[in-house]
Amino acid sequence: LSTYFSVINFKKDLLDQTGCIRTHIFCCKQSSLLSQCARIWLLCCVFSLSKDFILISEFSEQVGPQPLLTIPNDPKVCGTFDLNYFSLRIMSVDYQASFVGHPPGSNYPKLNFVEDSKVVLGDSKEGAFAYVHHLTLYDLEARGFVRPFCMAYISADEKKIMHQFQELSSEFSKASEFLKSGNRKAFANELEKKLKDLEYTRSVLHKETELQKKNNGCYSTQAIEKANELANVEKSIYEHKDLLRQITSYPSRKKKDVDFVQRETEKLADTSVLDDTLNSNHSDIADKTVETESDSRKSSYTPQLIKAKSAKCFDKRLKTMEELCDANFFHQTLEQLNITEKSFRGDLCFIYTSQIDGALLGKQRVTSFLFEAEREWEKEGTSKNFNIFSHNPTVPILNLSGELLSLESYTTCIDIDHIKPGVESMEGPPESSLSDITQETSEAADTETKGSFSSDKSIEAFGGVSPSSLQANYFDGLERKSKVSIASPSESASSYVAVPQKMTDGNLVPMDAACCIGQDGFIFEEPLPELAQECCGDTVVNQEPLSLLQGDPALQVDYILEESALAESPNMGLTFSELNTGVLSEEVAKINIEYVSDSTSFMSASTSSDRAVSPFTYGSALTLKQKKKAGHSALRFIRQYPFAQQAIFCLLSGRTLVILGVDEGTVRKLVNALFFFVPNLGKYGETVQPWLSSPFQLTDLQRWKLIGLQRAASPAGSSILHSLNRYSRYISILDCDSKTLRCPPYKGTLISHLADHRTQIKRGSTYFLHVQGMLTQLTAKAFLYTFCHHIHLPMDINDQGSVTSRRTNFLLQLGYTVEESKIVQYLSELIKQHYIQGSSMGGNQSFCFNYTTSYLYKI
Amino acid sequence: MLRWILGGREAQGTVQKSAVLFIGEEQPKNCFTEMQVLKGHFDIVRFLVQIDDLRFASAGDDGLVLIWNVETGDCLFELRGHTQQITAMTSYSFIRGRNAHAALITASSDRTLSLWDPDSGNRVQNISDLQSSVKCLLVLDRLDVWLSGGNELCVWNRDFELQCKTVHHSDAGISAMVELPKNFIAAAMDKEIVEPVWIRYIAVMAMRHLADHRDTIHSLISINDGLFASGSHIGELIIWDSVDWTIQAYEHILWEEPAGDRQSEVKLKQIERSIQHMIISLSRYIVAAVGSGLYVFNVLMKSVAAYRKIAHDSSVLHTMRLMSCSEDGSVRMWELQDLPLPAEPASSGFFGMFGTFGRSSKQTGPPAKKIPEVPGLRSLELMGDLIGHSRAVQMFLSFKEKGLVTSSSDHLLIIWKDGELQSQLRSLAVFQKLEENQEL
Repeated sequence: LSTYFSVINFKKDLLDQTGCIRTHIFCCKQSSLLSQCARIWLLCCVFSLSKDFILISEFSEQVGPQPLLTIPNDPKVCGTFDLNYFSLRIMSVDYQASFVGHPPGSNYPKLNFVEDSKVVLGDSKEGAFAYVHHLTLYDLEARGFVRPFCMAYISADEKKIMHQFQELSSEFSKASEFLKSGNRKAFANELEKKLKDLEYTRSVLHKETELQKKNNGCYSTQAIEKANELANVEKSIYEHKDLLRQITSYPSRKKKDVDFVQRETEKLADTSVLDDTLNSNHSDIADKTVETESDSRKSSYTPQLIKAKSAKCFDKRLKTMEELCDANFFHQTLEQLNITEKSFRGDLCFIYTSQIDGALLGKQRVTSFLFEAEREWEKEGTSKNFNIFSHNPTVPILNLSGELLSLESYTTCIDIDHIKPGVESMEGPPESSLSDITQETSEAADTETKGSFSSDKSIEAFGGVSPSSLQANYFDGLERKSKVSIASPSESASSYVAVPQKMTDGNLVPMDAACCIGQDGFIFEEPLPELAQECCGDTVVNQEPLSLLQGDPALQVDYILEESALAESPNMGLTFSELNTGVLSEEVAKINIEYVSDSTSFMSASTSSDRAVSPFTYGSALTLKQKKKAGHSALRFIRQYPFAQQAIFCLLSGRTLVILGVDEGTVRKLVNALFFFVPNLGKYGETVQPWLSSPFQLTDLQRWKLIGLQRAASPAGSSILHSLNRYSRYISILDCDSKTLRCPPYKGTLISHLADHRTQIKRGSTYFLHVQGMLTQLTAKAFLYTFCHHIHLPMDINDQGSVTSRRTNFLLQLGYTVEESKIVQYLSELIKQHYIQGSSMGGNQSFCFNYTTSYLYKI
Repeated sequence: MLRWILGGREAQGTVQKSAVLFIGEEQPKNCFTEMQVLKGHFDIVRFLVQIDDLRFASAGDDGLVLIWNVETGDCLFELRGHTQQITAMTSYSFIRGRNAHAALITASSDRTLSLWDPDSGNRVQNISDLQSSVKCLLVLDRLDVWLSGGNELCVWNRDFELQCKTVHHSDAGISAMVELPKNFIAAAMDKEIVEPVWIRYIAVMAMRHLADHRDTIHSLISINDGLFASGSHIGELIIWDSVDWTIQAYEHILWEEPAGDRQSEVKLKQIERSIQHMIISLSRYIVAAVGSGLYVFNVLMKSVAAYRKIAHDSSVLHTMRLMSCSEDGSVRMWELQDLPLPAEPASSGFFGMFGTFGRSSKQTGPPAKKIPEVPGLRSLELMGDLIGHSRAVQMFLSFKEKGLVTSSSDHLLIIWKDGELQSQLRSLAVFQKLEENQEL
């Protein structure tokens, strides 16, 4: 219930803040009614609206508003929610943009390419709030050739709708654009058929007129009737040709707004439209079928044609939405809506977190393969953000005085605009939103609509600096990087320097001035511990995390710098929630139970956790849930085995760890405890072999970094031992039975932070997140190491030695021991290989190793 | 002539046995810290031939010839055509037009000879009606012809036209050939070295049979313009004058037979002293693979420079510079050290501590102290070893800094690379790609 109260509070705030604007948008009566009923709604919504969904409705000219379909398409989703009623509500907000027909002063019908309208609507009866996206589709048989449709995202959480307005708008715009493109294609086809019919009619009428003239003379009634009819048909043909011309010359300006993925499909579609419509030389088989089709229709159709346009017949069946749209596009639309529905699951807090997370991860594309779970549907979205630092090609030459060059090249990564997001949003509101503000839409505020605003401008008016608008602008800024001006080196350099000083308060660790990325690396070390503690400690976070650029200025700066330095996010306080949004809603409910069971299993460690289910099943992707569960096993492992740090060191430094044991369960449990330390685990955990009962080959060492191996007394067992012996220099062996570990020694503090056997962390999932945070930090260093020019580029060709020493010194300066350097180097090699070869880690991989002495560790 | 019986004073048989070296895991001088395993063959890979700076060909008992890129490890072509195992392979460069072309000549047990174009993967020429299978090939660049040696010696021009051939020699056939000055070549046939003079386009004539070896000659190499060397199955190493074919030096390597005749299998192993392979190193050393040992002979001094009786667990198959590969599946890198080092216990590799699968039988004892019998004798110290193959390493091929390719009976090829260098190259590639993508 507390959420609901907060919703009410929020609404009150909103009402207070926007008192003056409120009056323009909805009448006072309505608003007072709303606040009175708020409590009742909220109770209602508990019952009628358990889950958000997308509703598509139509305002049918025959039966009025009617719901068409819901996404997810499951009757349980809406429960007792009255779809018919709600359709009426959302469709009654007619946005007046659908005016099509004979405009004054024009003899012919004109198609209006109207913008979609986007409004927010609240409903007292159902206790629901909706983002409503109106659009029109063209239908030759409909009144004025248009059919009004709307897509609505319906949720009980008003705040969510309000705050995610921009995101919802952009997602629905995509879907709408798919739908409309498909519709244009279908409409053009329809027009073409109609034209053929008309031409046929004309020829028939023409013959008849001639006949009448011949039989009855030119001025007989029949002849005049026929001539009139013929003239009508002629006019109709002209009109339809004009319509066809209009639809095929759909303003190309609009197409540019569309997302790039779509642009291609649309281009395809457009060309096919052109092919279909403008090609008069029909010679294809396809056209033959069209002709036969129209032939069959002609017999019954011909005489009614002209009437059909003028008279409204309410008995005819209107086309369904699917029929109005090209099949291919229709499916794309549905797919887009499904994705949208999935991506907005969960409450606002969750959405914010995952958006922040996603945005950060998007910028880590170079390194995220190392320890992050892969995200399917976010891929395309984030891919464009990555290019943010791409606008100033800099040649990788190393000057001896590397300072200037590096500064310059790194400042290209900083968008001055992003340092002051406010300025950005003032100066250049995204084009798309500009085009959204049509006169109609801003006036469309219905008296019944609650809080309707149709552009981000009005959102700004609402909240002053509204987070969502900022956020939207921020993201838009990322995408419209071409628009972002490249600051002059001196300018950006100064602002760049200014920012870190502000936040570090002189905590800057002295460092070689030549390396400015290196500075960042140190800067971030400072704020980290508190944040890390925050997430490790048992404090309950009552507040939802702030939207990307909202609130804490330090955090903002932090974030901006992140992005500018291309580095990972050490501020794990923000990103620790690396949740898989796709499976959220169902999962949320289970989480509590999971946590409970997790901690109980910790209390009675020996009983429940013995049944550790291995996450490695053939062909199924590793989920975050499995990783979190594994966190518990890992905790137990580091408490139980004093050499856990050495084992983890092996995994992180790329030395294959073989877990040898008689009992499959024990071995699998250990594999389970360690697998999330394996860098570049792969979506399906390809680099882990949880249980192997045959001798392994050299190539297996290349493939698998963690192997569970059976110890058996059979001949096979002895050959297994032989292979272990033979390749002993490439592997570390953890013997479950005698509880020993044979591996190279590790000295350093990094892993003792990662795997402290006296850790206070009690829950597996917490520990997993702790590890995840540490690993992200490590990844950041590896990234830094990989992409620092001047430590890798030789001064001249025969300069191998100095590169080696520069590399070593760099790592030492980062504070790493020799062993820890190996970890960073290994991660760096993986990053390089990944970057060079792309995400497909196929091909012939090299296998790196070291010649180091191993020691035997015992409990 | 120097006859030398090794280790006569080293009576400790037990030490002898454990003198099999084990260097341990700490190998600071071993720069090969990266490997790439190449799969493609289905049987023993016996031959490796370098085509150019970037490419090499491998061939073996499966009759397949594969062409590889040493930098990426990609298989560029699979040359299929031979139905039986490959018996000899050599690279052949010729000038056609104004461009130098690289080609590959292969001989197989199916009695065919083929010329391949490694740029297209096509079989350019093929001869299939041979009397016997060819065991060795020799290209004489100077004369733009090539020779094949089997039961008979044939001379071919670059268009695969038979120029001339010898009469049928013997069942043993020619196993090795080297080029000598004045259009002579030396061919090893069983125990004899035949010196056929080859007269352009007319005939091949055996000039002289040098029958000083008492057993089958396994290897024949040219040292320089004036000298060539041959090695036989019983450890005879003879250095010949290339012009007048007189013996310049004779070395009979007799690895010591265990005095206390302890274990028979050890005895058997130590009797093995066949000279499998020889190579010239630093233009004055002959490095010979003798049994499971290594033998370095100084040509200028005409004396032994260094030796290691048991360099590997089993026979050494191939040597290169100071590297050796063996049937035991390992490659070892050696270093000539000036002074006989004081007995230094080799690292036990911590196998002793690791009781579960310790290799107790191979406990390393102090290596036998060598007493310099010959002035200037140096010791051959193990610098590092490469372990990867699971069966005999047949051959290796060095691409200098680009890496070292080894081929093995386990059907695999491994490219060993300098990890540090590769890492730097990858960094360069990354920055280059960044630049191309304008992401820098």
